[in-house]
Amino acid sequence: MSDLVDSFYALMPEFDETSPPALSPDDRARLLESFYPDYRPEGKATIRVGPSAGTVVPEEIAALLESRSRIEGPRPLPDHPDRDVDILIVGGGGAGITAALHAAEQGAGVLLATKLRVGDSNTVMAEGGIQSALGEGDSPVDHFRDTFRGGHGANDPALLSVLVQEGPRMVEWLISRGILFDRDPQGNLSLRKGGGTSRPRLISAKDYTGLELIRVLKEDVVNAPVEILEFSPAVELLQGPGGACAGAVLWDLDSRKYLYVKARTVILATGGTGRLHLGGFATSNHFGATGDGLCMAYRMGAKLVHIDSFQYHPTGVIFPSEMAGMLITEAVRGAGARMYNRFGRRFVNELETRDVVASAIIRECSEGRGVPTPSGASGVYLDLASIDREAGEGTVAKRFPNIVKLMTRHQVDPTKFPILVYPTLHYQNGGLQTDQNGHTSIPNLLVAGEASGGLHGTNRLMGNSLLELFVFGRRAGLEAVKESRERAPFSWKEVSMAHVDHFEQSLAREFEGADRPMAPTLFPDYRRKDS
Amino acid sequence: MDNSQKEQETMVHVSINGRDFEVPAGSTMVQAMWYTGHEVIHGIGCLGGVCGACATVYRVKGDFRLRNALACQTLVQDGMSFSMLDSYPIQRAHYDVAHLSDPKEELFTFYPESATCRNCNACTEVCPQGIDVRDSVWRANFGDFKAVAELTMSCVMCGLCVSRCIAEMAPHEIALYARRAYGAKELPFPTNLRSRLNEIEKGIFSREIDRLLGLSPDELKKECEVKS
Repeated sequence: MSDLVDSFYALMPEFDETSPPALSPDDRARLLESFYPDYRPEGKATIRVGPSAGTVVPEEIAALLESRSRIEGPRPLPDHPDRDVDILIVGGGGAGITAALHAAEQGAGVLLATKLRVGDSNTVMAEGGIQSALGEGDSPVDHFRDTFRGGHGANDPALLSVLVQEGPRMVEWLISRGILFDRDPQGNLSLRKGGGTSRPRLISAKDYTGLELIRVLKEDVVNAPVEILEFSPAVELLQGPGGACAGAVLWDLDSRKYLYVKARTVILATGGTGRLHLGGFATSNHFGATGDGLCMAYRMGAKLVHIDSFQYHPTGVIFPSEMAGMLITEAVRGAGARMYNRFGRRFVNELETRDVVASAIIRECSEGRGVPTPSGASGVYLDLASIDREAGEGTVAKRFPNIVKLMTRHQVDPTKFPILVYPTLHYQNGGLQTDQNGHTSIPNLLVAGEASGGLHGTNRLMGNSLLELFVFGRRAGLEAVKESRERAPFSWKEVSMAHVDHFEQSLAREFEGADRPMAPTLFPDYRRKDS
Repeated sequence: MDNSQKEQETMVHVSINGRDFEVPAGSTMVQAMWYTGHEVIHGIGCLGGVCGACATVYRVKGDFRLRNALACQTLVQDGMSFSMLDSYPIQRAHYDVAHLSDPKEELFTFYPESATCRNCNACTEVCPQGIDVRDSVWRANFGDFKAVAELTMSCVMCGLCVSRCIAEMAPHEIALYARRAYGAKELPFPTNLRSRLNEIEKGIFSREIDRLLGLSPDELKKECEVKS
């Protein structure tokens, strides 16, 4: 261990295993209201322009939605588009790849444009697993109930019914592609327990679930008849006849030129917003998670749902500080890991839903029971050693090799020393309003994955977002094929960015000409400001 | 993982792409690049050690050895010199795993170079994930795809093994082929998934789901015991 790590752990208290007090429904509600960032008044703004006007959201989300375009007006289009395709998919994570594979299988011409490389996404980082109700005594109905309860009853029941019933079929698809999930000695898929669920329901590939998924699906999409443009994020959508979506403008990060794509149908699979660091929170998200799809579609008038609801995952690493934000999967708590405050006391049942556990950690830290770090942050201990004590020596190393590898690189052996954690901005619960086939409120603009909203209500259960990618990625891909075939032909002359002009006029009126931030930002800028 | 908070104020000397800089001790290589004003786009992805975008080659002071690492996971040291190797050219097999009929033989159709391993072990020594890459190549050659799957679970596809291979093969792609063939062709289909799919097919759950969908929002909340 380095001196810094050594001296930090020298101050560790004795851990008291006594169970924390059970929470009544009222306790939970009070805890959330007092400490969960979604319910706190600080750092919030009321949206003034567009379909979500009147909604109170984090300031960073308001800045994203009420922003000016990267493309300055007037916005004439070139004489011809650079590409003319059936389907443009924006985003190369799990949802985008799944949509592309299913659309290409139907013979549609698919262009997949993505900000970094194909597969660079939050999907590849998923550790814990996919929820699928496969156990004896479990059923899609129980999966429905647990998810609806976990989402505080704000979930769209129609979306949820599709998720739980089609989920197992998509797991079958993944297995047919050669994805290796953990098995029990009888050859069944092993089922693990996550927070907020009544049954063990998580299938996983140790704690490398997302990596295993992306390794395989990336190879498939590269080998499929899909044109792929990497390092080419979309920065604006294009509008066609009747206000329908008609393509997008991509920005080539290397040549620094715009690329104009005419498309009969567009699928946004642009993921979430973690890298906007809402409320200054660290994030577990990949480098490109800046909410591009939300911002572009909002300018076109797309309706959003639950855009005031975000998931702060309870257990992000907070020390050593170079790891800040990195996720420690909830599966460790499912396996028996315990949390302690600076006095060595447990303070919440570790298997409450994510928002409740996160609130409890924030409460401990804001009321002086957090463990201070050398950089002035504070957190609580997440102790994995109890897993080995209960399930046998070596269990942590066997089930969570990624966590052991990552922490050990930073001089902390998590089988012996507790990991210091604090909530990390993890997931955008809401997003573009959608239906069972991925439609947004804009014709010919579909959405899949984290960019969409409604399925998870206002709190997502672990493992449901991976399942969502495949269930709704496939549906969006197939629907895009249908829509692109049914759409009446239109010419490039009918295509414009008029919606952007109109949106910016509304901004100018509402904000009386005050300068608005530019978005999408594409990346966070962590460079030293005076360098 | 931004560089807003630093525990250590000590500065260290590093060389990035051949240019000398001073950066705070305790920074990762990527954070050192941000600190010195580099706009890192190629060579960055998850910042969490799993996407394999930030393969990097480096040397440390007083040691002739060439080392490799993932830049988002590796702390700088005084006198360190590093350059990113964010994409290594490879030749990838074009195949559909569903259409493989004799995967163990077809390995040599897709990756004939796989059999030319000269056992130098450089791939294993270079792997930032600590995988026994050399062993996995040989297990693949001998058709023990199960062993390949177990050995290479943590592979992030960074391609550093390719950069050192004297037989010029792509061991990570060979491993991926073997893993996939094992999963899709050798492993029996999971029984619990098969039975659940059959039950769904028979519509066993659809009546109850339809009933839930027919409830009013308040009734549904009550049914599902929504607490708060």
